[in-house]
Amino acid sequence: MDTLLLSRIQFGANISFHILFPTITIALGWMLLFFKLRFSVTGERKWMDAYMFWVKIFALSFAMGVVSGITMSFQFGTNWPGFMETVGNVAGPLLAYEVITAFFLEAVFLGIMLFGASRVKPWVHTLATFLVAFGTTMSAFWIIVLNSWMHTPQGYELRDGVVFATDWWAIVFNPSMPYRLIHMLLASGLTVAFLIAGISALRLLWGDRAESVKTTLRVGIIAAAGLIPLQILAGDFHGLNTLEHQPAKVAAMEGNWETGPNIPLVLFALPDEEARENRFEIGIPNGASLILKHKADGVVPGLNDFVAEDGTPLHPRVAPVFFSFRIMVATGMAMLALSWAGLYLLRRYGAGAMPDVPLYAFAAMSFSGWIATLAGWYTTEIGRQPWLVQGVLSTKDAVSDVPSGMVLSTLIGYLVIYAVLIVAYIGVITYLARKASRGESLSSRVYPRSGEAEVAALHAGE
Amino acid sequence: MTYFGDSAIWLPWTFAALMGLSILIYVILDGFDLGVGLLMPLADEQEKDRLVASIGPFWDANETWLVLAIGLLLVAFPPAHGIILTSLYLPVFIMLVGLILRGVSFEFRAKAPLSQKKRWNAAFFIGSLMASMSQGFMLGMYVMGLTWTLSHVAFALLTAVFLTVGYSFIGAAWLIAKTEGALQTRAVGWAKGGIWGLILGIGAISVATPFVSPRIFDKWFSLPEFLYLSPMPILSGALVLYLFWRIHKLPQVGDKTAWSPFAAAMALFALAFAGMAYSFYPYVVPEQITIYDAAAAPESLFIILIGTLFVLPAILGYTALSYYIFRGKATELRYD
Repeated sequence: MDTLLLSRIQFGANISFHILFPTITIALGWMLLFFKLRFSVTGERKWMDAYMFWVKIFALSFAMGVVSGITMSFQFGTNWPGFMETVGNVAGPLLAYEVITAFFLEAVFLGIMLFGASRVKPWVHTLATFLVAFGTTMSAFWIIVLNSWMHTPQGYELRDGVVFATDWWAIVFNPSMPYRLIHMLLASGLTVAFLIAGISALRLLWGDRAESVKTTLRVGIIAAAGLIPLQILAGDFHGLNTLEHQPAKVAAMEGNWETGPNIPLVLFALPDEEARENRFEIGIPNGASLILKHKADGVVPGLNDFVAEDGTPLHPRVAPVFFSFRIMVATGMAMLALSWAGLYLLRRYGAGAMPDVPLYAFAAMSFSGWIATLAGWYTTEIGRQPWLVQGVLSTKDAVSDVPSGMVLSTLIGYLVIYAVLIVAYIGVITYLARKASRGESLSSRVYPRSGEAEVAALHAGE
Repeated sequence: MTYFGDSAIWLPWTFAALMGLSILIYVILDGFDLGVGLLMPLADEQEKDRLVASIGPFWDANETWLVLAIGLLLVAFPPAHGIILTSLYLPVFIMLVGLILRGVSFEFRAKAPLSQKKRWNAAFFIGSLMASMSQGFMLGMYVMGLTWTLSHVAFALLTAVFLTVGYSFIGAAWLIAKTEGALQTRAVGWAKGGIWGLILGIGAISVATPFVSPRIFDKWFSLPEFLYLSPMPILSGALVLYLFWRIHKLPQVGDKTAWSPFAAAMALFALAFAGMAYSFYPYVVPEQITIYDAAAAPESLFIILIGTLFVLPAILGYTALSYYIFRGKATELRYD
């Protein structure tokens, strides 16, 4: 394999591993703030127990996110020097703003949030929790701005092949940014909702009868059931936005070869790029036209429009985009079905008496958010190929000339470490859940509520 | 922008200064927490927890200075960023793996089942070692002009060892300030060994740098520059003597002057760094590309600078707040 492909796989592996953890910390930060505020308002111990359990998982996820993120900033230089040399004038300030407005904020206040509870006033601790959550969201904002600009660049001019920024407002608020940002933030919310519901379900199955577990199951299910329709809507809008700006990507997502009206929604197929057709296609007539153009005879772009005169395709490889899109949608549908069924069961049985079958289902879906998020990112990122920055810089022009053997060896190194760490990460989360289910105390300290003396916060027997 | 003179001159200079400042802050801050990681195998089981507790609230923010430094390189001098990092491909990889290992070990050692704690302690040490060694190696290669010849690699390996021992020194100095009792006494002992890494490292680079290029030699050894610059080595020498004297008197009754080794070590790092900056200026890639050739467009730099001017004081402010909140001797790390 050549340096280009290996570098792509390596960057793909790094960013896939990295995104798993911010996806959790972005929304979990806000969830922890919610737990804290609920405790301040109600004084019920269960909220603080929930906070104490989930803050551990937050800390672990945060550390994983930080160290895997450092890798990315170096790989721009080690593997993709052409990226910064060509679009550095745009990408640079965006990354710089991420570091100075988000990274330092979250890193410093994380220390206070995690270890400072006994050293600062309760409101300072709540403020630190807020600033960490705010920092993670700011970080998501800046990196999504950059990523979206790479898909839908504007507000720049080319001088001697180098991009110069002309309009920062246009760069930041580029056409795909709002859709992508909302889609990603909702994805984070769903990932966390299912993680919380799943781990709580697991603890209930292990016989944990703590109030906090019932509460977090309820919170997880309600959050999931509320967010998933919003996400489907946001995804649809994002798809229409992509149709407008990157039609080749949509053609690959739909597995549609010829531009035309009355295009079916392909449920399953094996796209064959040699023959330029689908095998074993199962589709719903007019489905794609209806979804993308909202009428049965709407014209949907086809992949054959994106082929150079000499026959080289100017569209992404079809199969990865086609399948990852379907995996994302299928996961989303499963989320919809399970969370709404969960909502009904909550009303019927309550969180404490939920039957085992749905609890197993939630436990099995604990990390479903990861699958959907990765599949979604593969769809949009592979779908941008052969471009690195749509219409400006092709991926092959940005890669470094490091020997392929060197890239291969580091790639293997990264993959081994990532595999070990994923196993350890999931292992520790289940271990913490198991430990908590055995009733091992999460904390011995009496928590003060904001503005109250320490003793008054709890009643005997709680 | 004419108000400030030529922006193609002062902006690259400002960004080089900012980048230098972040590298220096990084080397001092992550230096001490990497150093504490390096000292892990020397501590017993209970002391290990205290070692980690002394850096637990800080390490993440400390590492962010590395992201800022590399970010500024990437942002302000894009071509240099590519050249430096592709030529240091493997050491960068080793450093990143080290930082990953050590960062996650902080969490895993405390949260994984007790039977695995030894393993994560080992990963914490190995990660710290990989990060320190590769940073020292990169420093040596940079001084040698980023060319891979046998003698350059040998020199880089030497600086790798010296920087690692130097980090262990500043780590020990941190522990002298942040611990008490038997552990503090042991930290004094570790500092007595580690100081040699600092001395030999600074010595090796000071001796080698002028001979790498005649340009740097002339910058130091022509008159009258030689006289103006002489306070730097003299001050460094005085600081080293002061450190020796202090360390041999510590620990003192009532914990007096427990911060003095750390403060002196910071000053020494800063002096050594200033010397290097003086040597290499105006080059960002040694003897190849100056900061003025490599600089990004002034418009882009300007927009970053505006943000930085507003945000940097805030960052320094809340960083100081964090050190203030966790002042005093390190205590057990608790979430509640």
